[in-house]
Amino acid sequence: MSVATPQCLFLAKSAVLSALVLTAAGPLAAGTPFIILASTTSTEQSGLFQHIVPQFTARTGIEVRVVAVGTGQAFAIGRRGDADALLVHHRAGEEQFVAEGYGSERRDVMYNDFVLIGPRADPAGVTQADSIQDALVRIAESSSAFASRGDDSGTHRKERELWSTARIEPSGRWYRQLGSGMGPTLNTAAAMDAYVLADRGTWLSFRNRQELVIVFEGDEALLNAYGSIPVNPERFDWVKADLARKWHDWLVAPEGQTAIAEYRINGEPLFFPFRD
Amino acid sequence: MNSHDPFTLALSLILSGDPGLFGIIHLSLQVSLSAVFVASLIGLPLGAAIALFRFPGRGLVITLLNALMGLPPVVAGLLVYLSLSRAGPLGQFGLLFTPTAMVIAQTLLVLPIIAALTRQAIEDLWEEYREQLQSMGSGRVRAIPTLLWDARITLTTAVLAGFGRASAEVGAVLIVGGNIEGVTRVMTTAIALETSKGDLALALALGLVLLTLVAAVNATAYLLGQMSRSRMQ
Repeated sequence: MSVATPQCLFLAKSAVLSALVLTAAGPLAAGTPFIILASTTSTEQSGLFQHIVPQFTARTGIEVRVVAVGTGQAFAIGRRGDADALLVHHRAGEEQFVAEGYGSERRDVMYNDFVLIGPRADPAGVTQADSIQDALVRIAESSSAFASRGDDSGTHRKERELWSTARIEPSGRWYRQLGSGMGPTLNTAAAMDAYVLADRGTWLSFRNRQELVIVFEGDEALLNAYGSIPVNPERFDWVKADLARKWHDWLVAPEGQTAIAEYRINGEPLFFPFRD
Repeated sequence: MNSHDPFTLALSLILSGDPGLFGIIHLSLQVSLSAVFVASLIGLPLGAAIALFRFPGRGLVITLLNALMGLPPVVAGLLVYLSLSRAGPLGQFGLLFTPTAMVIAQTLLVLPIIAALTRQAIEDLWEEYREQLQSMGSGRVRAIPTLLWDARITLTTAVLAGFGRASAEVGAVLIVGGNIEGVTRVMTTAIALETSKGDLALALALGLVLLTLVAAVNATAYLLGQMSRSRMQ
């Protein structure tokens, strides 16, 4: 078997490939300081970060790497010390996170509201409801399809609170727990003409609406507040506390608050700063 | 971009030379090719060794290897996440949410495929050439490189199957990479994100770009195979 030459060729090819692979890994080692921010799919998918993070980076030279997950999972990431800061939306959960010592402090950053989305035909007559509780009662009584996130996200936690204030334990074939993010849940709701609770930011930037429209909005109970929490360096000594603190402070400073207020889709603001 | 035809959209995406898209394509290839490279480095000799040597529990190892070809990417991702997490055993390296973590997770997915398919190919070949190789005085260890070289056409398919798995999976890289824009966002996680946003046309267009890429890698492998074959004659 005179295989020496082709074998050498094979080795040469492998060497070239490995060199290619290794050089490709180069840019990762770049020394830009960065923090990991665990945040929600609603903020990421609304496009907010693409608007405000470059302004923060230009100002401070700190890169913000956003890991967008549900609020429940963001807490879980924070509890393992895998993020430097959180920007999430479930007040009770946030306060608990700080009280348990995982976060140093919590500050209000911005808010918008939740909206009840449903099919244009509105089989449950939700558009005539005078409160969100009334709207949910109408959906439950008519057994109209309702798509629930079912993923322990901030929106899902809010939805469960609203059902409980309406004194309804949703169950039955009409109540569908999807276990998905906001976008996939809206996609599914659009496909099965279901009602669904959504944050306004994701709804405004959502493209595949089909027959879905806003059927109920404006109740005070639908307020959706976002809080910032730096992860506690006393608990996890590796977190980048100084960098995370700069981000946390910038968000509530006039500059960050203005950046948030300026973000619009089709002229419509998505988030309102708390410092108004 | 107002076009809602995914084909037109895919084409205009590529032609627009959008640096964001090229960054994502580059990272996808970098992560998946690295994973396939590392998995081949381990999987080819490992598969050959299992084919040639007899040891207690060999049947179990082969069954396990074959079963791991079906390892769900989400599970692989979760295992790597728990290992690389700051609170995990390898936490001090700070690898979570980096491309390196994605390479590790995909290596875990690709390795069983390459090792299992190599084991089968080499075992068949060994049955065929056993007497010949043994009469030449080759021991089993010395036979490994020869057999691997002889089975290279079949093994290329095994490696490409591994590459297919790596480039197609989304569950593992999403968990260990975090889909961070410009850092760990690859084609599959970008497609999942656009689907979440309800921008189905853009998602499908990105899917077409990914398919084209995978086809290009496979075509390159095929051409290299043809070249080395013609050189042999």
